[in-house]
Amino acid sequence: MMNFEGGDSMESVNLDPGQQAYDYRSALSGTSLSGETHPLALSQEDFSLKEAHDPYVNSEEKSSIRNTGVDIAVEPPSYADAIFTPYMGGSGSLQELGGSSRSLYSSNGSVEFITITVNHPQKEQENGSSLVPGANTFFTYLIITQTNMPEYGGTDFTVRRRFRDVVALADRLAEAFRGYFIPPRPDKSIVESQVMHKLEFIEQRRLSLEKYLGRLANHPVLRKSEELRIFLQSQGKLPLTPSIDMASRMLDGAAQLPRQLFGESSVMIPQEASQPAKGGRDLVRLFKEMKQSFTNDWGSAKPLVVEEDKEFLEKKEKLQDLEHELNEASQQAELLVKAQQEDGEVVGELGLALIKLAKFEIEEATQSAQKVHALDLKRIATAAVKASRFYREANAHVQDHLHEYLGMMQAVHAAFYDRSNALLTLQTLLSDLSSMNNRVEKLSAASSKVFGGDKSRNRKIEELKESIKVTTEACELSQKEYDQIKERNRAEFNRFESERQRDFFYMLKGFIHTQVGYAEKIAHVWKKVADEANESPNKALDLPISGSVAIS
Amino acid sequence: MSVSSSSHHSDHSYILNSPGAMASRQRSSLRGTSSLSPVAPDQQYLSISVTDPVKLGMGVQAYISYRVTTKTNMEDYRGVEKMVIRRYSDFAWLHERLSEKYKGIFIPPLPEKSAVEKFRFSAEFIEVRRRALDVFLHRIASHPQLRFSEDLRNFLQADEEIWAMERARSQEGTLFKKKPSDFMQIFKDVQSKVSDVVLGKEKPLEESNPDYEKLKHYILELEEHLGESQKQAFRVVKRHRELGQALSEFGRAVKSLGDCEGGSLGKAFSGLGGRSEFLSYKLQNQAQDLLMNFEEPLKEYMRTVQSIKVVMGDRAQAFRQQQELSEATKLKEINLEKLRLVRPDRVAEAEIELREMRVQCDEATRRFEEIVKRMQKELVRFQEDKTHDLGLAFHDFAEGQAQLANDTADAWRTLLPDLESWSQVAENNGI
Repeated sequence: MMNFEGGDSMESVNLDPGQQAYDYRSALSGTSLSGETHPLALSQEDFSLKEAHDPYVNSEEKSSIRNTGVDIAVEPPSYADAIFTPYMGGSGSLQELGGSSRSLYSSNGSVEFITITVNHPQKEQENGSSLVPGANTFFTYLIITQTNMPEYGGTDFTVRRRFRDVVALADRLAEAFRGYFIPPRPDKSIVESQVMHKLEFIEQRRLSLEKYLGRLANHPVLRKSEELRIFLQSQGKLPLTPSIDMASRMLDGAAQLPRQLFGESSVMIPQEASQPAKGGRDLVRLFKEMKQSFTNDWGSAKPLVVEEDKEFLEKKEKLQDLEHELNEASQQAELLVKAQQEDGEVVGELGLALIKLAKFEIEEATQSAQKVHALDLKRIATAAVKASRFYREANAHVQDHLHEYLGMMQAVHAAFYDRSNALLTLQTLLSDLSSMNNRVEKLSAASSKVFGGDKSRNRKIEELKESIKVTTEACELSQKEYDQIKERNRAEFNRFESERQRDFFYMLKGFIHTQVGYAEKIAHVWKKVADEANESPNKALDLPISGSVAIS
Repeated sequence: MSVSSSSHHSDHSYILNSPGAMASRQRSSLRGTSSLSPVAPDQQYLSISVTDPVKLGMGVQAYISYRVTTKTNMEDYRGVEKMVIRRYSDFAWLHERLSEKYKGIFIPPLPEKSAVEKFRFSAEFIEVRRRALDVFLHRIASHPQLRFSEDLRNFLQADEEIWAMERARSQEGTLFKKKPSDFMQIFKDVQSKVSDVVLGKEKPLEESNPDYEKLKHYILELEEHLGESQKQAFRVVKRHRELGQALSEFGRAVKSLGDCEGGSLGKAFSGLGGRSEFLSYKLQNQAQDLLMNFEEPLKEYMRTVQSIKVVMGDRAQAFRQQQELSEATKLKEINLEKLRLVRPDRVAEAEIELREMRVQCDEATRRFEEIVKRMQKELVRFQEDKTHDLGLAFHDFAEGQAQLANDTADAWRTLLPDLESWSQVAENNGI
């Protein structure tokens, strides 16, 4: 029996008469694990059910599921399955039943793993819903985690989350882990959610959520994050504060602006220095940094700190090239898949037309040779139809994997963006500091010319000195942040490099094995029929249709 | 030995094909050797090939000329080997002459006229046409009756100026020819009209022969099936080419990716790209093969079916002529009897007319029966040829596909061991 723990949000499942959400009714009841739910979900559920109810299963057994990289399972349709199993590669990895299984060696050398599955989408309604039925409905997904990581203090967890929660998780990770290549979260897909058939869309989203969480679990640093753990463990509403929506951000910023402009706190709080400028909230800071960035690009004086790391710049350029090539290859892969499909289709249609011709000839045959040939033709035509099915199935999954890697590039861009932002903040602060020091000098010089001291100037000087102190502190923190981000970039580069190699090789092997398998199947189909035709007795009736003809 | 076995007196008097005329012409030309001596039937051969298409002329006037080479030991041919230059319209002329003279025989079809493509004259179009013309002559040469045609001999042998003269005169001839024998409408658009006739849409004067009816339906249905198959075959050719293109582009992009990556992974990608390009090349070849050896034969048989329909039209026409003449004869007989009683002075005249009519009627009957007899034989021949030729085409198709699939499997398979070692290297480098 599934454990459907959860808060109030679970209460009402309103099935609007106009909508076909029959699947979800059975999902809610929990008792019927009938095939009404998604077939794939069923098998996952079977799997996780077993584990969920057996906490004493030795978690060490699961270490056999080794990490072989990003989840790039080649998922052939069951028809092909019955014929042969495409290459799964890696060291004894099972065909994934769904879910994301990750194992990594922890620092003390033991194997850690964490498995996350997402299923049982369910329609729910906001509390205190309006009079209009069907309003404020949203979908939640059941997220099941199994792990032996000590940080989690437990082995099995089940929560229900909605997409908004995922967005919140992603935002928080982005803030807290600047500089890391953070896997991009699934799109909000507003258009698609309207256009696609509901069930399709939900299924697509479920899958993408599972993949996303899997990628997070695969990241050596992120998998240990508080944010992820809370997301996977905390029952009820997600305690992570979601990112502030634009409106309130703007309000906030507008509220702060007068204060900032009139000098009450024209200085950045040091802690903020380790955060990027938040849109709306720190308008002044934003303006300043923008100004600094212009100065960097167009100004004559060099900023005080620049991106010096040549290695970084080289790597950056290389990654940009790589991205460009991946894009190209991905596009061509898509076109290739399409062309393969169409090619397969017409072969099938030719087969059908030839079958008709063959049948016709068999009926109308006046000589035995005719009939024999017509039967041959029928066999050949049937082979064509069979082969066409194989052509269409031999999909180049390469296209999917390339797409995934393009997604990862987003993460890389974000990490570089973090870096340049941090640098910009540092530069801005340093420039502030420098200008403040200048003013102090000028004021001091001016003040010393006044006999008996300049009360107002001196006061200003004191204020400035305070600001300088604070700003210096901010500078230090900003420098620290920048350095940290640089280090993270570097580490991630290396990790990305090696993982990419491994993943691509895995993907290539899978692709090639699949192609070989299908090609052999197709060749076999044709060869068989061609050989049969060879044996048919048409030799005897061979008309001499060659160049030299004797009179008959 | 005699020239053509059919003898339409009307034709002979206007065309230069009577034996006497032929002999005199030959003597007068004085070119080349004198005609060959008779050879035993089982040792005769007639081998014709159409080669070396050359584009001549400019702009709208441009056309293709072909080299037609004949090797033979048949008598009435001057010399063992002869080469002439001919263009499409010359072939068309030959086709028309044969159609007129050999009623009842399925004249081998010509490739389409195709006014549009002519302007583009792509290499493929030229090659396809050349082959079709080659097959055309070959079929004529292997036909037990057609191979003896004088028109064929002229076509194969006449040197340029004589050929030009020939054609001019025969144009005249056909003009004259049409008048006397034709008090029926001429089928302008043979194809559609023939279908009507074949289906019995035109009125009552139709054979009521159940076997023949069956045959007509068979031919029409066969036409449909062949047409459908040919259409699909063409689509396969097209898609094969597109897939080949996509493979080539993909290979290029992956190679580029490999260059960017470098190292072992780069090699792996380059390997993948290279295989892709190789397969693209194979696929393009296969597409070409399919076009020539699968689609073209299907097309050719479609055309042959058209020529069968023409013969069916001829048969229907001959039948009607015969019926009408038969009617007319009977009327004349009745009239004659009447005249004997009423107007004895007219009797002699009437008797002469009746005799002439009887002769024409017999002629029409003979013509009709000849067509029927020929059709029988031709159908048997057609079925045998079709069974053989299409059987070959289908078989080649299957072999070709098998070969392609094997090549594909091999190409990918050979990459695997390299892939393994490259990935090992990458692992070992601690990456």
